Amino acid sequence: MSDAVHSSGHSAPLPASLTKLGKFWDLNEHDHPEGHSTMLGFWIYLMSDCLIFAMLFAAFGVLGGNYAAGPGPRELFELPLVAVNTSMLLFSSITYGFAMLAMQRGSVSQTQMWLLVTAVFGAAFLSIELYEFSNLIHEGATPQRSAFLSAFFTLVGTHGLHVTFGLIWLFTLVVQVSRKGLIQANKRRLMCLSLFWHFLDVVWIGVFTFVYLMGMLR
Amino acid sequence: MSAKNYTDLAHRHAHGDANPHAIGHHHDEPHGSLREYVIGFVLSVVLTAIPFWLVMSGAIADKNTTAIVIAAFAVVQVVVHMIYFLHMNGKAEGGWNMLALIFTAVVVLIVISGSMWVMYHMNHNMMPMHAEQMD
Repeated sequence: MSDAVHSSGHSAPLPASLTKLGKFWDLNEHDHPEGHSTMLGFWIYLMSDCLIFAMLFAAFGVLGGNYAAGPGPRELFELPLVAVNTSMLLFSSITYGFAMLAMQRGSVSQTQMWLLVTAVFGAAFLSIELYEFSNLIHEGATPQRSAFLSAFFTLVGTHGLHVTFGLIWLFTLVVQVSRKGLIQANKRRLMCLSLFWHFLDVVWIGVFTFVYLMGMLR
Repeated sequence: MSAKNYTDLAHRHAHGDANPHAIGHHHDEPHGSLREYVIGFVLSVVLTAIPFWLVMSGAIADKNTTAIVIAAFAVVQVVVHMIYFLHMNGKAEGGWNMLALIFTAVVVLIVISGSMWVMYHMNHNMMPMHAEQMD
């Protein structure tokens, strides 16, 4: 089977070295099954998201020491709270993994159950983060206070916003699965959210190490 | 091709799915096992607990050493997540996933280290001068 179209305008046949290369272009476009490139496309989206976080980390790295005579990390951060928050996100990662395993087994109810457990941990993470933010703002450590706090709220807030959208997406998929079951399209969506959710946990490793732990060392 | 792929192939033919392009794409999808998730989780817990303990207890007296050690733990944990949770390998999507990841890692490294390096030197050079230096 040859899809190659050789130029018929040429009077002389193509040199053997060129025809050996095979086809140069493809007029007979083959069938692309629905969603066959979704996972790669979503991965590339995640990589672009990675760049957003890289810039926010760079901004925090540059501005993280500019307290403008305001409070610094040692006065503001509570590591036990951050540790609890980190464990919430880590638990939500493994429960999402369990949801994926249930999906591979084809069990609708268990997939939904583990997704909802993941949502509980995700919501706990967000609640703790919002509690921390409200405490900081109450103490006068607002984003306007210093360059350090602007960079801190932008970086951690952007991560929190991602988790919020991940939760909305998660609830949407719970409804989708209950209405349509574990069809191929829903499996694909669940796998995309899986990448997104684990990716957020990877970003959080950077946040707790470089913002909170290293902040306490400054 | 593994035995699993063969069974899958036979399964598809039995159902009259003659589309040759549909076969193969499903093997690119990330598949984890319970064992992988549990290993990833346990490693993550350990790799998270140690840096927190180091900072909270001040076990290493020198702060710079502590910083380097916890940064190393973070890098290892990112790799653990990549392998056990994101199921990254060089073969997924014909290697394009890995290529995109390597490209991103290089850009991230340049953006972060470049910004820190440039701004550190700029801050250093822009230090307020003392009166005697102005003459």
